[in-house]
Amino acid sequence: MPLLSIENLSISFETDEGVVDVIDDVSISLEEGETLGLVGESGCGKSVTALAVMGLLPKPAGRVTGGVIRFEGRDLTQLTSEQLSRVRGDQVAMIFQEPMTALNPVHRVGKQLGESYRLHHPNASKAEIRSEALRLMDHVGIPAAERRLDEYPHQLSGGMRQRVMIAMALSSRPRILIADEPTTALDVTIQAQILELLRDLQREYGMSIIFITHDLGVIAELASRVVVMYAGRIAEEASVETLFASPLHPYTRGLLDSIPRLESESKSVLPTIPGVVPSIDELPVGCRFSNRCEFAQDQCSINKPLLELATESRTVACLRWRELEQNAVATA
Amino acid sequence: MKDDPILLIEQLTKHFPVRGGLFLRTVGHVHAVDDVSFEVRRGETLGLVGESGCGKSTVGKALLRLYEPTSGSVFFEGEDVTQMDRKRLRTLRKDIQIIFQDPFESLNARHTVGKILAEPFVIHKVGTPEERQQRVASLLERVGLDASAANRFPHEFSGGQRQRIGIARAIALEPKLIVCDEAVSALDVSVQSQVINLLLDLQREMNLALIFIAHDLAVVKHISDRVAVMYLGEIVETEIAQEIYDAPKHPYTQALLSAIPIPDPTASKDRVILSGDVPSPITPPTGCRFHTRCAHATSVCINQKPFRERISDDASIACHHWEKISNDRGVSTSNAS
Repeated sequence: MPLLSIENLSISFETDEGVVDVIDDVSISLEEGETLGLVGESGCGKSVTALAVMGLLPKPAGRVTGGVIRFEGRDLTQLTSEQLSRVRGDQVAMIFQEPMTALNPVHRVGKQLGESYRLHHPNASKAEIRSEALRLMDHVGIPAAERRLDEYPHQLSGGMRQRVMIAMALSSRPRILIADEPTTALDVTIQAQILELLRDLQREYGMSIIFITHDLGVIAELASRVVVMYAGRIAEEASVETLFASPLHPYTRGLLDSIPRLESESKSVLPTIPGVVPSIDELPVGCRFSNRCEFAQDQCSINKPLLELATESRTVACLRWRELEQNAVATA
Repeated sequence: MKDDPILLIEQLTKHFPVRGGLFLRTVGHVHAVDDVSFEVRRGETLGLVGESGCGKSTVGKALLRLYEPTSGSVFFEGEDVTQMDRKRLRTLRKDIQIIFQDPFESLNARHTVGKILAEPFVIHKVGTPEERQQRVASLLERVGLDASAANRFPHEFSGGQRQRIGIARAIALEPKLIVCDEAVSALDVSVQSQVINLLLDLQREMNLALIFIAHDLAVVKHISDRVAVMYLGEIVETEIAQEIYDAPKHPYTQALLSAIPIPDPTASKDRVILSGDVPSPITPPTGCRFHTRCAHATSVCINQKPFRERISDDASIACHHWEKISNDRGVSTSNAS
């Protein structure tokens, strides 16, 4: 049984233009100890899905309109905010792109790190809390931890802040870590350090990770399974090796083709996907990728493609995937 | 012999004062750019790459005198930009343009796209109002937008379309050089590739020289003829784009390349992970500025600044040990194969 299972989740947002379905019928399952990559471009709904799991949808604008989020026998969408905050504190933790949004700028790093320990051990002495904070900082590889404890978040570099946030997130030993673009704002050499740290910590704690990113390179390195999202729906899901070797959905294929690669020839023309990601108030009818898809036919702008099993271990939502796959095999 | 460079930068330095204390006296300097020299040839793209704080954007702004350089010279077609008066600088903008990461910030939100694009013609007194309108329409077409875009406002466009508008404005006066400062960094992958293709097309059509400043080495490599790698305000290596990827010589370039996540799950993943952060540019390390993070550093690296030596027409390197490192790498790769 999966550790977490999101089933047929739909989320709508109230906007000036009326109610829009931001997430439409999304199902994702997360196994014990695995790293699931959630990939897509801006506005595809990857972050909103994560926020729904955390019970952190912006209120009152965002609302779960259908589906369940099952975790340890409970449906997270039905919990009271108090129950949810306990789940968040103990079981499911989240880290963000910009650690400053999660860190309090007016409190010293040590105090914030000790906070969770203090909550769980109300009788702990100051010295105990401090030594716990120190242990956490050591654990995520922050040098000169003793000194840093008394610093404020703005005195740390971006990479160090992200380490502090990871330490805070892991202080309660959660079973699931949701990482929402945690390395996007970092330089590549620092990103490499943070990815390494996450891998080490996962090995140690055995936690499951949902890693949200637009960067297919990061996905290839970290994830074992990948869900590709486009405009609030799942385009396809597969193991990372399968997805990169033989993408089934035209969107995935287009995305993989359009990345400039180090090994590609300098100044060559890049394959592109025409058009732009549609904004949420003007989503195409039928397949939401149909207006940018080179393989789209009339049926694609009428009928909504359902997510179907392509093989035992992968799914795809495209009306024409079978033909396209046969053509791809034939030309290969 | 290679062509004359269109732009020749010599020992460009930009220090920003750091103020502190009761009377806000200058207590130190940020060494944003130190003694940077390079050239850009007509019609070529020079990629300027490095991590945040390495000074790459400051170089772009200082060469246009958006920041007043502390010292050094910038020769554009033989004329020193640092010596130009305001009037000459204004006319220089016809020839050198700059595009930023977020075009929205540089586009006046209250003006229609048509008005924004006509502005360069108005400022430089080009054409009659009717002619300007025609030029605007052809500019829009050239960057892949519908002529009707002229009647709309910047906020009505997506990020990629706004960058197209930014590019249209930059090419309005047919410049010879455009500085692209993280111009595609904020765009989604599928749109980024469109804008990269557009820049490559325009470059070919107009024989444009580009200085392409970005932190994404794969993007830089794709669009550039040559690449200059910066670290803490200095250029550590310059090389032909393909070469720098095939055989990076500076240990920093090697680490930078190896840190890039490869979009291929089957790719091998032995990598050099640099320890620590980039040191403060207020008190940069002595000798080679990279020595605090370099696996090959010896005492000479701590004490002596490496001189950047030219090793071919297109390549230069600033490292005391580059030959030894290259030899060792050569040996280890030939052993592996």
